[in-house]
Amino acid sequence: MTSIKVKLKEKDVAQLKQVCKEFNNEAGELINVLHKAQGIFGYLPAEVQEIVAQELNVSVAKVYGVVTFYSFFTMIPKGLHPISICTGTACYVRGAEKVLDEFKQQLNIKVGETTPDGKFSLSCLRCVGACGLAPVVLIGEKTYGRVSPDGVKDILKEYE
Amino acid sequence: MNKIKVNIDNTIVEVDPGTTILQAARQIDIDIPTLCYMHLGDMGIEHKPGGCRICVVEVKGRRNLAPACATECTEGMEIETHNIRVLNARKTVMELILSDHPSECLLCAKAGNCDLQTTAIKMGIREIPYQGEQSTYKEDTSPAIIRDMDKCIMCRRCETMCNEVQTVGVLSAINRGFMSVTAPAFERNLDHSECTYCGQCVAVCPTGALTEVDHTNQVIRHLADPNKVVVVQTAPAVRAALGEEFGLKPGTLVTGKLVAALRRLGFDYVFDTDFAADLTIMEEGTELLERLNKYLSGDKDVKLPMLTSCCPGWVNFFEYHFPDMLDIPSTARSPQQMFGAIAKNYFAEKINVKRENLVVVSIMPCVAKKYECTREEFSVNGNPDVDFALSTRELANLIKRANINFNKLNDEDFDRPLGESTGAGVIFGATGGVIEAAIRTAYEVQTGKKLEKVDFEQLRGLEGIRSAKVDFDGLELSIGIAHGLGNARKLLDDIRQGKSQYHAIEIMACPGGCIGGGGQPLHHGDSSILKARQRAIYEEDANKPIRKSHENPYIIQLYEEYLGKPLGERSHQLLHTSYFDKSKKLIEIEE
Repeated sequence: MTSIKVKLKEKDVAQLKQVCKEFNNEAGELINVLHKAQGIFGYLPAEVQEIVAQELNVSVAKVYGVVTFYSFFTMIPKGLHPISICTGTACYVRGAEKVLDEFKQQLNIKVGETTPDGKFSLSCLRCVGACGLAPVVLIGEKTYGRVSPDGVKDILKEYE
Repeated sequence: MNKIKVNIDNTIVEVDPGTTILQAARQIDIDIPTLCYMHLGDMGIEHKPGGCRICVVEVKGRRNLAPACATECTEGMEIETHNIRVLNARKTVMELILSDHPSECLLCAKAGNCDLQTTAIKMGIREIPYQGEQSTYKEDTSPAIIRDMDKCIMCRRCETMCNEVQTVGVLSAINRGFMSVTAPAFERNLDHSECTYCGQCVAVCPTGALTEVDHTNQVIRHLADPNKVVVVQTAPAVRAALGEEFGLKPGTLVTGKLVAALRRLGFDYVFDTDFAADLTIMEEGTELLERLNKYLSGDKDVKLPMLTSCCPGWVNFFEYHFPDMLDIPSTARSPQQMFGAIAKNYFAEKINVKRENLVVVSIMPCVAKKYECTREEFSVNGNPDVDFALSTRELANLIKRANINFNKLNDEDFDRPLGESTGAGVIFGATGGVIEAAIRTAYEVQTGKKLEKVDFEQLRGLEGIRSAKVDFDGLELSIGIAHGLGNARKLLDDIRQGKSQYHAIEIMACPGGCIGGGGQPLHHGDSSILKARQRAIYEEDANKPIRKSHENPYIIQLYEEYLGKPLGERSHQLLHTSYFDKSKKLIEIEE
């Protein structure tokens, strides 16, 4: 669990409550509500889960149970610069794993985590349709092609 | 309704539609083993997640083996419960469960009373051929309950008790696959959750994953300390259930043997929580009359209905879930805490022993009592009014450890003054008993007349929510009773919405009241055991020469010598309490 206390924005909370209302505050809509909630906040901090529990009249433990069951849901906020490494077949055979390892080492985080300063987060995805550029890395909207482990340091420098 | 005919192990059995294979087999005395399955008869709770697969049977024409607990019978079904395919599958299932379970039965608190162990013995498991990673999880120790999830087999019975029966909503299965575990939200420890410590999860856990905190060793140390005077109090429900731990029939009253055993264990004074129950009635009954008379004279601010406050699980429940209603329950402390306060003040003074050198131990049918005696407001300069609360089960262990042949003990009587009690004190142990006891006294105080018939049958029973009208010499009093926190929640919701018609409500957290408490001998969902314990409680009441709290001579003496009058200054200081809003939410909103 996250131990950092999160302050939610009033307009986001209002939007979340509106979403719950659109689903008639029905407990059976928990997964749909969580899906939309993650759309609003980008992730599902404990505070958001408490609001959902309250609005749908289910226990927080149950909400947390669902959040931890489905890998789509995350309680960790994405970094300011989300890094996605393509591990599709083409990128993989051209060394994506070594590139991924280099990012992990440079940032000192695992896949699915965010650096403590909130700057970078690391995730993997499957094929962005640019196999000619393999291995491919996306940072935010920007695409990097033919990335080698040696080049990782320079890429990260751009965001300092 | 048309019956369905099925063939189980070559015996034809006729069952109602909707009957499961497991139930049908039990009708003809075929005991298919189960682990996750739980059936709490009269409470209407059937838990059959079909998760453990230990109850698999072969159904002719079906490709896979079927879980007996979750498969309904159909006409002409042919079932085999112990052919070679079934036995092999069941053995493999058990071996796989055990491959992720610590083999430390010798050291486990549940040993000898563990469903997993019993089933493994029954199946003759001698080795575990599968070896691999075992799931490990942090151990969580709270003031009352220990969670050791390494021993959890994910039967999820505790979740059913916590969420459906008690509606406390603390436990849920989290994560998935090998990592899944039953835990409070955000994997907090119990003492950071909304757990009421009712202990119903402990009462149904088939393994040692959920157990009560064991205080027997501390008690033994104090008993051995020559500088300490150790006083013990025993709750009413204990005497109606303790015998079960020594092979006696459910419902056997063992009051006299209980006293004899406690004396042999070395307690200096063997007293009775029933005495404090009588005291509770003096305070709570007076409070009820005070509120009622204010209301009748037109005071619209007075809070009615008044709710009882003896049950620590219930107190926790409203502090977490109904913090807007903290002024509705009686301010009277529970009998356990009243006893502690009187023992460490009045009695300590009487026998000229310093508070620090007096140790108060209580024997309770309850797990939440362990928490209750740690509440800060019940201590003076760090010295608690009640030092240790042992469960009925812990006491049984203590007696066995001391080589006492319980069943052969001759009956002995409680010490005086804090051991004298009336029938009204005894019935605190069953649902409806507290309010019946209160009415016996309140009637006479209010009307000035003698109560001819002290038995209020309309307040007794085992239905989850009951209501009754009691005639107070022309004034009709409306009484509500709920046991099980899920039932309590319904009455509370009515009060919140202004729909409640009651003057007074008794609430007990555990199904059946204290006789079904989380610290009692395990009843495995057999409600006939609860009924037998309930009968024993009312039998003890009927046998008492005095059956109204205000007629207890030692209670009268206590008020004359020490307390003054009910709700007086000293009573307020020692016998009453206040409640706290514990509904901690994380949410902070930025504008």
